[in-house]
Amino acid sequence: MKIILEKRIEHSRVMALLSPLLAIAITVVIGGIIFASLGLDPAEALYVYFVEPVTTLWSIEELIVKAAPLVLIGAGLAICYSANVWNIGAEGQLTIGALFGSAIPVYFTTWQSPLTLVVMLVLGGFGGALFAAIPAALKNRFGANEILTSLMLVYVAQLLLDWLVRGPWRDPQGYNFPQSVPFEGWQQLPLLGEGRVHIGAIFAVMAVIVLAIMMGRSLRGFEIRVVGNSPRAGAFAGFHQKRVVWFTFMLSGALAGLAGICEVAGPSGELQPSISPGYGFTAIIVAFLGRLNPIGVLFAGFLLAISYLGGEAAQVELGISDKTAQVFQGMLLFFILACDTMILYRIKIVSGRSASAKA
Amino acid sequence: MGAFEAVILTIITASTPLLLAAIGELVTERAGVLNLGVEGMMIMGAVCGFAAAYTTGSPIFGVGAGLLGGVGMSLLFAFLTQTLMTSQVATGLALTLLGLGLSGLIGEAFTGLPGVKLGPIDIPFLTDLPFVGSILFGQDILVYFSFALVAIVTYMLFRTRTGLIINAVGGNHHSAHALGYDVVKVRYACIAFGGACSGLAGAYLSLVYTPQWIENMSSGRGWIALALVAFSSWLPRRVLVGAYLFGTVWIMGLYVQALGVAIPAQLLSSLPYLVTITALIMMSGDKTLTKVNTPACIGQPFAPER
Repeated sequence: MKIILEKRIEHSRVMALLSPLLAIAITVVIGGIIFASLGLDPAEALYVYFVEPVTTLWSIEELIVKAAPLVLIGAGLAICYSANVWNIGAEGQLTIGALFGSAIPVYFTTWQSPLTLVVMLVLGGFGGALFAAIPAALKNRFGANEILTSLMLVYVAQLLLDWLVRGPWRDPQGYNFPQSVPFEGWQQLPLLGEGRVHIGAIFAVMAVIVLAIMMGRSLRGFEIRVVGNSPRAGAFAGFHQKRVVWFTFMLSGALAGLAGICEVAGPSGELQPSISPGYGFTAIIVAFLGRLNPIGVLFAGFLLAISYLGGEAAQVELGISDKTAQVFQGMLLFFILACDTMILYRIKIVSGRSASAKA
Repeated sequence: MGAFEAVILTIITASTPLLLAAIGELVTERAGVLNLGVEGMMIMGAVCGFAAAYTTGSPIFGVGAGLLGGVGMSLLFAFLTQTLMTSQVATGLALTLLGLGLSGLIGEAFTGLPGVKLGPIDIPFLTDLPFVGSILFGQDILVYFSFALVAIVTYMLFRTRTGLIINAVGGNHHSAHALGYDVVKVRYACIAFGGACSGLAGAYLSLVYTPQWIENMSSGRGWIALALVAFSSWLPRRVLVGAYLFGTVWIMGLYVQALGVAIPAQLLSSLPYLVTITALIMMSGDKTLTKVNTPACIGQPFAPER
């Protein structure tokens, strides 16, 4: 038996749509097998994991709270990856964005005006963009691999946050807990409705719309796609690769930073040593599952948010580790990549004899 | 044992996992494959190694299991990138994310349990020699193996037919194919070799460096190993130097702190990452050496023309 790939003449549009669905289906099946091997009823476990999170109003609200940062960051990363620019340090940009924005409540504890929040959000985006500019600059100036530099900076950012909340930014009235002063009034994001959903969700939707228009309708979007697909063709068209690197890095960094400040000014309400359950890394999966398309990212963000919530629910109701969520997320990305092969190739399985006869 | 000896010993323990993982990735990259999943393979090696050593009580079984854990992960990567021709960058990232998740799940049952340490060898008389005894003759087998590996890989890559084939496949896969070499098969083998080395590096972390299981205990070492390969312009002997340089930086923080210097611990902990970035910048100054040794086909998928 041998697997043979036959190149398609054109990209298969059907497969481009089917591939993520197929990947989700395979993940669910393998998930069921894993649950069964843990001695659980696979049907019940899968129900708790993937269906329950969308059955109650409370859980749907929680879903939106978790999806918002994933969509914000994922949309930016989708643009980056379309340009063949590999920013995998969104987690670090998220952290620095949160730090920049939090400087306001930390240093101007009593400043209360609508402007407070605006300044915090702007600083958050600015911080993320600034931090993302480092790997962009190193790539453009020195040719340093942006994958490695952006990832290394994640650790640096997290250690910086750790130092600040345990040291200079620690709440003097906080009984020595590693946390900043609690954010109050205009230092917090306004809520939508009664629950925990905050206006970060609106930012996410706005980002998706703006980026979708930019990629589909503007010269900048065209430039990004051309440079991503073929840098040589881009150069002939007068597009500069370096400019695209700057732009995509700082754009995705700004969105990650915004997501960061929204996390601390929203659900957390203060700085802590850990402010994100790996949103910046999960957003990589969101970007791929969403076909590197902002609209697709919106759906993908919700799906990955379900996996976070399902993981929590499974821990409470089935007594299994919430780490299964990360395993599902990792598997999903694997299967998407594998299924994407069918967009470019027809897969044929031939028996050993005919394969050798052909060769 | 004197303070100086103690410093040297800790540097060796910090450098060995970097060296093992980097030398494996070097061979993979020489064959033209960029496997960004080193971190994922390493952490799986760590958890498999710990689990096997704890269950059987034998650290040697742990080493074997760590190796197999790394190979298993690398074969996943090989199947996707070589057979299904997926993007190597994206698949490598996926391998890391999957490895971190899977290791957390497997390792949950082992968190906080006392580990089984892979002990140093003990040669009568030699190990007891003053000063050099414990450094030269009192290490665990993996340390000696890592040095042997540098020698073996150097010899294999530059003095044997196998090495020529690997370099040919990485340098120009179309020519190698035309000469009748099975590009995909060679790459599968080199990816598996890289996985085995990363798995050993992980097992070293959970059996020697800190003999217990801690989630995410590889803390970026896989990525640093990747940077090391580029930093050493794909030359094994420079990987050796680089790994010990980075290992020293990793340990330095601990000692500076112990000396009572008033520097935040977090700044010292971030040193290895900052030094890695600096190394990547410095590399750009040495363009010719990099250009000569960079495998020309690195990261490109190979589809034989039928």
